[in-house]
This record gives sequence, structure tokens and C-alpha cells, in this order.
Amino acid sequence: MAEDFDVIVIGSGPGGYVTAIRSAQLGFKTAIVEREALGGVCLNWGCIPTKALLRSGDVYEQLGHLGDFGLSAENRAYDFGKVIARSRKVAGQLNAGVGFLMKKHRIEVIEGTARLEKGAPAPKVVVALKAGGERAVQARHVILATGARARTFPEIGLEPDGERVWTYREALVPKSAPKALIVVGSGAIGIEFASFFRALGSEVTVIEMLPRILPVEDEEVSAAAHKAFERRGIRFRVPANVKQLTRSKAGVAVEIEAGGKAETLQGEVAIVAVGIVGNVEALGLEALGVKIERTHVVTDETGATGVAGLYAIGDVTGPPWLAHKASHDGVHCIEHIAGLKPTGLHAPIPGCTYSNPQVASVGLTEAQAKAKGIEVKVGRFPFRANGKAIAAGETDGFVKTVFDAGTGALIGAHMIGAEVTEMIQGFALAMTLEATEAELQATVFPHPTMSEAMHEAALDAYGRVLHI
Amino acid sequence: MSIDVLMPALSPTMEEGTLAKWHVKKGDQVKSGDVIAEIETDKATMEVEAVDEGTVEDLLVPEGAEGVKVNTPIAKLSGEGETAAPPPKPSPSTVAKTTGEGDREAVEGAQPAQRAVPAPPPSTAPTPPAQAGEAQRNGERIFASPLARRIAEQKGIDLSSIRGSGPHGRIVKADVEGAQPAATKAPPARAPGAQPQPAPISAPGPRQVLSLEQQGIAPGSYDLIPLDGMRKTVARRMTDSFRDVPHFPLTIDLEIDALLAARAKINALLEPEGVKVSVNDMVIKAAAVALKRVPEANASYTPEGIAMHHHADVAMAVAVPHGLITPIIREAEGKGLAEIARESKDLAERARNRKLKPEEYLGGTFSVSNLGMFGVTSFSSIINEPQGAIMSVGVGEKRPVARGDQLAVATVMSVTLTCDHRVVDGATGARFLAAFRRLIEDPITMIV
Repeated sequence: MAEDFDVIVIGSGPGGYVTAIRSAQLGFKTAIVEREALGGVCLNWGCIPTKALLRSGDVYEQLGHLGDFGLSAENRAYDFGKVIARSRKVAGQLNAGVGFLMKKHRIEVIEGTARLEKGAPAPKVVVALKAGGERAVQARHVILATGARARTFPEIGLEPDGERVWTYREALVPKSAPKALIVVGSGAIGIEFASFFRALGSEVTVIEMLPRILPVEDEEVSAAAHKAFERRGIRFRVPANVKQLTRSKAGVAVEIEAGGKAETLQGEVAIVAVGIVGNVEALGLEALGVKIERTHVVTDETGATGVAGLYAIGDVTGPPWLAHKASHDGVHCIEHIAGLKPTGLHAPIPGCTYSNPQVASVGLTEAQAKAKGIEVKVGRFPFRANGKAIAAGETDGFVKTVFDAGTGALIGAHMIGAEVTEMIQGFALAMTLEATEAELQATVFPHPTMSEAMHEAALDAYGRVLHI
Repeated sequence: MSIDVLMPALSPTMEEGTLAKWHVKKGDQVKSGDVIAEIETDKATMEVEAVDEGTVEDLLVPEGAEGVKVNTPIAKLSGEGETAAPPPKPSPSTVAKTTGEGDREAVEGAQPAQRAVPAPPPSTAPTPPAQAGEAQRNGERIFASPLARRIAEQKGIDLSSIRGSGPHGRIVKADVEGAQPAATKAPPARAPGAQPQPAPISAPGPRQVLSLEQQGIAPGSYDLIPLDGMRKTVARRMTDSFRDVPHFPLTIDLEIDALLAARAKINALLEPEGVKVSVNDMVIKAAAVALKRVPEANASYTPEGIAMHHHADVAMAVAVPHGLITPIIREAEGKGLAEIARESKDLAERARNRKLKPEEYLGGTFSVSNLGMFGVTSFSSIINEPQGAIMSVGVGEKRPVARGDQLAVATVMSVTLTCDHRVVDGATGARFLAAFRRLIEDPITMIV
């Protein structure tokens, strides 16, 4: 059977659509299958609409501190419906943007739900079309980019119902801001929603099972974030186990156990943000013999699944569940298929949390480095000693650098403070280029900027800090 | 004087865009920096600012228009406030356009120079080790990451002896971590042109393939055809065979006047049946019979032992669009010429249409490749594994031959046998060729 396409990508999130564009750039006849909306969770229900909400929250919160800047305004208020509407509009604009990109690159968009059947040279893709009917398409290469979704625990009530219990998805389009919100899970998703609803005045309590919030971050950053959020009025139960969530007309009751003591938290709404599971169901993967471990497709480092012609990239292949990692994986995968020698396979992947204050990091934490037996040199610099931060009234937070003491390689960087998510790529670039302390110390950072704290943190690791 | 406002390229790769919104209408006054339109590109809608002052004379593209090509006029401004001194000053948009073209010319002009002075391909053997950590190779910069330099310095590794695996051949951490420090100090300076020393690289890794750009071929100067399955198979099988099979060629010249005469007779006989026997069919038949007479040449090397094939299954190389394939005449030693002719014609036709079944091209014991029709005199093919030998047939042409002390003219065809030395030694190959010669030069013996 002649192939209909060179490449079919299943799923149009940031992994899938970027892979499709790169595929088209490489001259492959490409199609993309999407069951819901172009752009996937990231554009429609994740990264982007949450940033729109957080921006509204930040502006509103700033209005509460106008006095610090010699300004005043009366009748600070928000229209929750308009805040949500703006977030949806932003998502809609980007969704249309992806449609434009598909058209520009002559990528055929097949709207429907795909499943795979045995085929050669790659599995056959059978799409149950949104418009009705089925369409079977054969390609030389099939790339799975079906993504992931929120993990739930129905047995203890941690399951969304759209009313009292939300996942990120319901939390993006509520009718009103809850008066009392309980967030289960303190990863990036949980913390961002906690930060947003707190900015609008909700009473927020965050429950974390592990010993500290933002558990993937450096311990010092977790501790600083904990303090900063508490100052904003967010309450924490850390570490605490959720025993049972019970819903009633009035709200939710969450029974927890913390430090051997039982407690019941009352709230209007609970958000479940306790992890991610891969979208591996109903695709026909078992019949093809695709290896799946803990809801994720097992691949080699090029994305190959072991089934001829079938690859997988992004969230469906496992953590870190990040849009930019999915895009990076996808480009790497398709370039490999094209016979190029893609570079940057092991490029470090930065992670960002867009709360107030923001958190951003790349590479190893100090503890991870030490656990690997690496002798480290650590530098720190607080924003309260940075001129621009003082002028901007953003003195919370710091920059921390971790160097390999033996070679001087930058192996990790951790930041908390205003706009640090816009700065972390400086360290990511340094690590990708395999910079040592010498290059970071010799780089000229513009004055006055908050990025000078990055320079100072690199100097501090070698006892050369200038401004403290 | 009116000025064209052109569709801007908002990214280097942008070819066209959608005019999402006009912020001005006919008759509006605009000044430099005013937002006049929104262009939808990729993830964002971008604003277009006026670069000149004037009155909007006309909007040439309606709002919402898709696929507006970069550099096509989208609006006209009348340039008020400009002094209309002759010769008219070129408008900024015209200037921009001209600059764009100038740039392109400049780039194109630069390319031949780039081609003329290609970067020295890093695949050339490395020069004698210079001082450790020194960033020079024949006076040229060595591209290495800061961390790679640091580690090389700490371990006493000479960067010039290392081939980089990073982008554009850059030496990265992984390249130096596996490398061993040079055992001795740099050897005494060598005269230019002396044999280069092998690089002290610890273990031979997988072959590094440099990009064309690294080898001095400018991007954009060629079209890239993706490798299809056949091209990949040919590339892999031929590379493996040429590298791993110890092969050698044996060449002989054959007089084929008798063969051609026999062929004419046979074809006259077969004409009513619509069958035409080619020289290649006769070569296949003769090779098959010769293989039966010298069975050592009809063999395959395996780690367990030498497989002596019971039949001569002769594969014939057929050129097809973008590749080649080798369909097989099974048990050719027992088939008549007419049968071989019919079969080879059918197989070749179906090969060109890619209609062969795998069992029709997998598993031959010997191959024949014929480039005589292209006028090739002689050549030596690459062994088609696991076969023990392959025959390359050149053109049959009139050549001077010595008969005793007299010079005569005969139709001569050169034939080269490439042998897998693990199964077919020189003498075995020579005996096979001798048997083959008897059959070709006295074709009646084929029938016996």
C-alpha cells in the first residue's frame, strides 16, 4: 500500500505541532491528528491561559500596594468573568495561531481521535473523525505526542466533579473565585493556582505530602517560597497526607494527617494537582506491543518505541512534563528520522513556576549534585542587594548557582523572585554551551538589571561577590 | 509622490501572512511609529508601524486577507511634507527593498568565495599534537566548549587530536571525557608533508559523519532528497560489504564472436515464439554452468563453516529509478536459454515497476552485473553478501588481438570477478573464470 504521508503526528500540543512543523521543514509530507483543539493542553488548558490569569492576579495585587510607590487608587475591584474571558481569549488567539502555522507549512490537520493498527512500514493510523466516519491513513513514520492529564485518586475523593473539586482544567474556567480554596499538591500547577486565587483574595491552604513545597526545586528555594507565600497569606500543611476528601453542598472537607495528628480542613473548593498520567489508552498500543511503564510509553533517546515506524515524544513518554521539553524531544526525534545528526540531546531543561514570587531553575540542585558525589561550589545573591530590584520594589528572593568544584562547570542554577522565569534561560544557555565560572564571571551584565544578581551569584561561588 | 507600504517579513522564514486588522483608513494621517495594521504570523499577532509620514491614499489589501506575500504592497501613502526636489528622494520603503536585494546580492557574491576557501575538513588526519590545551590547529581556531578546554587542560589532553561531536564539529565535554592524555610529549617537529600520526583517540567510536556545511558545501547550494528505504538498504549493505568482506578482483578478456553468432542463430530459431536471448542471458547461463563445474565458487562464508550451494541461483543487478535491485534466476544451471531470457525480461520489468516479491530478490548464490550497454569496458562490483563472488560484465567491442604473431580483430568482452577471499581464493576464482571462458568462447558446450 502506498503511503499517504511521510509522517503522521498524533496530538497537536507543543510537542506534536512543533514536531509537525520541523517535519514539514525537512521536506516530509506531514499530517497531524487532534481530537480536541490545536495546541493541546499547553495552549488551551495549561501554560498559556494560566499565565493570563496570573497576570490579572499580579496586577490586582500590585494595586493593593500602590502606596509603596507614592500612588493611590480607589475602589480596587475585579470582574471575575472578565478575568476568565481574557484568559480564554488569549488561548483562543494562540489556538488560531497554531492553525495558521499548520496551513503555512502545508500540514494536513485531521480532526478526530486516532488509534493504531498493525501496518507497514509503520502502524496504520485510523482516525474516528470529529465530522463522523473513519479515515485510515498510512505513513512511513508515526509520532505519538498524545500528552498527559491530571492524576486523580477517586478512592479518596480526589477526583474532579467540576463543582467542588477541580483539576487544572476546571480551575481555568470557574464561575467565581472560591472564598476558601484547598489545593492538594504543591508542584508548579498547584502553586500557580494557589498564587492566583490568593491574589484575588481567596483563603488558600496548600497540602503537600513531601517534606517541602515545590519539592523538585532546590531546598533553599522551597524554603524561601514557603516563607514568601505565607507572607501573602497562603497556609500550608507540609508534610501531610490526604486521608479522604468529602464533598457537600456547602463545600469540601479534607481529612489530613500531619505529624501523626489528624485534622479536617474545610473549604469551598479543592483543586487536585497531585501529578500527571500519560494519555496511553484506547490507542491500540498494547496490541502493537508498545512497552508502557506507569502510564508512560517507553522509548529510547531518539523517541523510538521499538515498534517499527512508531515513535513517542513529550509528556506521554514521562517526566519532566514540560512543553519545552516536548518540543525539544520532538525536533530531536524528527531530525533523527530525517538522518540528520541532531545536537543538544542532553541539553538541560529549565523549569518555571509563575507564582508570586516566581521560581525558576535549571540543572542539579545542590543536594542532587552532592548525592552524585560532586564536590560543589555554591554562590548566592539576594535581590535585596540589587539596585534594580530595590528601585522596582521587588527585593524578595535570590539567585543561587551550583558549580562543579573540580572543573568549574555550571551544573545548576536556582532563582526565586520577580521575573526570574525570564532570566533562567541565561543559565540554560551557559550550561548548554558548557560554560565554566570563568565565562560567567567574564560576561558583562547590563546595569541596572535584576540579571546582575546572576553575575554576582557566579562571583560569590568563588568568593568574589562585589555587592555584599 | 506616493509610497508603497510593503508586507513586512516579521521573521526570517516568513513568506506570507494574514492581514488581521487595519488600524487606519483611507485619508488618515499617519506619522512614523503609528500602528497601521496587525499582521498575524505564528503564535502572535504583530503590529506594523508606519515608517514614514503621510496620508493613507489607499489600502490595497482587505482586512482578513490571508496568504499575503512578503514585500507585496499593502497600502499607499502620499508623502506629504516631503520636499519634492528632483530627483525624488527614494522613500524609506523603497530604500528598504533595495537594501534587501543588495543584501541578497552581497550574500550571493560571498558564496563563491566561501566555496573557494572551504574550511579544512576535520576529517583530515590530525597534525602532530601541539601543546596541551592550545586552541590552534595549523594556526586555525579549534572550536571547543569552555568546559571541554578546562577538562582537556586538567587531563593533559591535546584538543587538536580530538574530533568534536558537537554542532559544527565543536569539541564538547563528552569528547574529552573519554579521551586519553597523549602518552608522550609532542614529538620533534616534522617536515611539512610528513606522514601524519594517527590520533591518540582511545577507542574507535562510531564513524563521525560531518555535515556538508562542515565540509565546505554552502547550505542552499543543493537539494536534499530524503533517503528512501531502498537507498538506505543499498547504502548499508554496500558499506558493510565493502568494509567487512576481504574482496579482490580477477579480470579476463573473452572473445565473443562465436557467442554472438550462436545468439543470432538461436534468436532466429526463437523468433516465432517472440523470445529474444540477450548476451547477458547467455552470460547468466554460462556462469551458472561454470558454478556447477567449479562448485567452490558457488559458496557462502558463515562463521560455522562454508555453505556449498546446491544450485546456481544467479542474481542479476537491475537498475531501477533511484536505486538497484537484484532479482534471481533460480537454478539457472538447469534452465534453457529461452527460459532464462523469458524470466530475466519479466523480472527486470517488474523490478522497474517495484512489483517484485521478496522471495524473487532475496537469497541468490552469485551475482551478475552488466554495464556493457553503457560502454563500460571493465569494472569491479561490490560483493552482494552472503554470496561468494560477483561478476562484472563490460562492453563487447572490437579490439585488436594477437593470433600467434599476427594482429587480428575480434569482439572482446572484459569480465571481472570480485571474490570474497574467505571462500573463494585466487586460484578458485581463476578456475571458475577458465570454465566460464570455455563456455562463452565455445557456446555449444553450454548445452552439454
